[in-house]
Amino acid sequence: MKKVLSFILMFAMVFSLVGVLASCNKSGDKAKGLVDSPLPEKEIKADFEVPDDFKIGFIFLHDEKSTYDKNFMDAARRAQKILGLSDDQVIFKTPIDESDECTTAAENLAEQGCGIIFADSFGHEPFMRGVAEKYPDIEFCHATGTSAHTAGLKNFHNAFANIFQGRYLAGIAAGLKLNEMIKDGKIKEEEAVIGYVGAFPYAEVKSGYTSFFLGARSVCPSATMKVNFTNSWYDVDKERQNALSLINDGCVLISQHADSMGAPSACEEKGVPDVSYNGSTYEDCPETFIVSSRIDWTPYFIYIIKCYVEGTPIADDWCGGIEEGSVVLTDINSGVAAEGTVDAIKEAIEKLKSGELKVFATSSFKVDGKELTSYEADVDDDGTFTPETEVIKDGYFAESEYRSAPYFDIDIDGITIQ
Amino acid sequence: MRSKTETKKAHEPLFHVVKRDELSGIKSILVRAIAILAAIVVSSLVVVIAEKVNPVGYFKSMFRGAFSTPTLFWSFLHEAALLLCVAIALTPAFKMRFWNIGGEGQVLVGGLASIACMFYLGGKVPNVLLWVLIIVSGLLAGAVWAVLPALCKAKWNTNETLFTLMMNYIAIQLVCFCLDTWVKSGSGVLEPMHGYGLPSVGNKWLLNILIILALTVFMFIYLRFSKHGYEISVVGESENTARYIGINVKKVIIRTVLISGMLCGLAGVLICGGINHTISTTAAKGRGFTAILVSWLAKFNPLYMMLTSILIVFFQVGAIQVKSDFNISDVADITTAIILFFIVGCEFFIRYKIVFKKHGHKEAVNND
Repeated sequence: MKKVLSFILMFAMVFSLVGVLASCNKSGDKAKGLVDSPLPEKEIKADFEVPDDFKIGFIFLHDEKSTYDKNFMDAARRAQKILGLSDDQVIFKTPIDESDECTTAAENLAEQGCGIIFADSFGHEPFMRGVAEKYPDIEFCHATGTSAHTAGLKNFHNAFANIFQGRYLAGIAAGLKLNEMIKDGKIKEEEAVIGYVGAFPYAEVKSGYTSFFLGARSVCPSATMKVNFTNSWYDVDKERQNALSLINDGCVLISQHADSMGAPSACEEKGVPDVSYNGSTYEDCPETFIVSSRIDWTPYFIYIIKCYVEGTPIADDWCGGIEEGSVVLTDINSGVAAEGTVDAIKEAIEKLKSGELKVFATSSFKVDGKELTSYEADVDDDGTFTPETEVIKDGYFAESEYRSAPYFDIDIDGITIQ
Repeated sequence: MRSKTETKKAHEPLFHVVKRDELSGIKSILVRAIAILAAIVVSSLVVVIAEKVNPVGYFKSMFRGAFSTPTLFWSFLHEAALLLCVAIALTPAFKMRFWNIGGEGQVLVGGLASIACMFYLGGKVPNVLLWVLIIVSGLLAGAVWAVLPALCKAKWNTNETLFTLMMNYIAIQLVCFCLDTWVKSGSGVLEPMHGYGLPSVGNKWLLNILIILALTVFMFIYLRFSKHGYEISVVGESENTARYIGINVKKVIIRTVLISGMLCGLAGVLICGGINHTISTTAAKGRGFTAILVSWLAKFNPLYMMLTSILIVFFQVGAIQVKSDFNISDVADITTAIILFFIVGCEFFIRYKIVFKKHGHKEAVNND
């Protein structure tokens, strides 16, 4: 009898496994609920030839399970396709820690004959800089770093994008969703609380959530936001826990700046709408995903390869915007997003392009009840963490204009840090 | 009556496990060789089926990860040495059956103490004095982290497995807290303090490797030939026997765990003060746990641990290379796991054999 029972159980397990696998395949189909992005990837064509002996090496902190690193990998592969590079010409190193391991990886890429070496994580910077000093003929490019414009090295470069604009646009989608919830009577006006799972209390994160919040509040004036931090760039459990604690705390919409699926899947579990980052999470979270902003690194990769091939210098500190195709939005999930989201975002894009709209216009936010008229930011990274550059001009906080990596690190009214 | 015997027969187990007599050296090597061969065959199958990659090229790529360039080779040796260091550190405790799962935290606080010295005293005291402080503070921090659970075990008989494990989380949060205090921008990334690190000989890896090799030989002698080593073995086998022959069990436990923690702290010093010159919450990189495998596979023999740590790090760096060469990710980790599974599994068949019941007489079957 026991044997029969165990056989039945075994078959049940096998069938349920098959069922799970089959359902996995189903979700891979192109989704019906998605509408085209108002700010899609820019089409790029190669207008130069890359020699066959050219090689580019990439250093990634995590593998593609991290949405952050996957975003870089996808861009590298896209650039490879556009330029017709062979697999031998594009070398990936992953996962590479922010330690001497990065030095080893970079030196090994140099030994393999790479002309350009790129690293994707903030903590890689000092190690990349060290290797750059050793190999003056190789170009070292580093995303999100802060020190290239003051380091005085000709072959070490930083890059970032005006992602605060993308965050603002994604924020509009969030604000409209809040409005819909208010209109439907699901929440009261004062209950329009957004929850935000941040990685570190660092300018890159603060700039991101503040611009997102300002986007949301531009359409939903009663919106407020609660932020908590995981103190890690990638921690599935902590991100999940932080999202759940925000939801328990009354947040009715979640967004995040941390690199795992922790927060989006917590939202899916609880049925709370989520504005993602680094890429679409629609496939795993079809019931709650609204939209995601992300940096498309393809234009930068094409740019540095072009500079290298043509022998022109690469900018110390490169910052891509909407025009360059660096800031993009994913397709929007019409099943969750509020009506009119696409049109509202398109309108804002035009205003951002023309300069009529500034994300960090000083009139749009207050600090301790007052409007900001002057602010010094720590733009030149000399290790002392002392602010030295006035960044308010013409009525707005000039984010990413004096340096590509964000330096907006102000706590504004309406956002509570937990 | 007849039917009764039949029922009895039907309930006899198909096979049972018997402890082997000592397996001869050549035979045990043969068993391991067959296990590795089987592991390679199975993981090749996985590679072919899942990724359609030629397995010969796949394993060649693994070797390239460790041996293709001088940088990779030195870094491979160094990584193996660091893992060996943690394994050496954990071994005395494990041999004594004190389950020190807190290697990770002990390494981390050792590193944290050395980085704290560099952060606060770098440039303010002569470098030679700084080096001494870096080492001493790292050893002390590791020792404290390990001896707290040992004291509580000796005094209140608390469970050291849970206690040491929990200490890991405290260590990680302590690093978080320090980084938050030291790095005012909030990025959690501490700029490496290259000027204040421990000195190097030849290249940046060599001194660490030499120190760890010396430590390995010392630990071999300590465990095999010293009175302390003998006491550790006896306490590990049976505390009552140890008490009976007049060994102060509590003293031995605390002394041994102190050494274990101190050496974990040393690993932290070598990682943070010796090579990275900075610290992050992931600085220990799971070595505190992987080292348990290294130590166990080598049957707590420090000299064998050189081999097992090299083997495990070979797979780690091989996986990075494979990911790079074939643009695959999970399969590299799966094959590593398969190979380790076979290696660990074959140890079972070296110590035990499976005996099948057949027609009333026992027949030993060699199940490799």
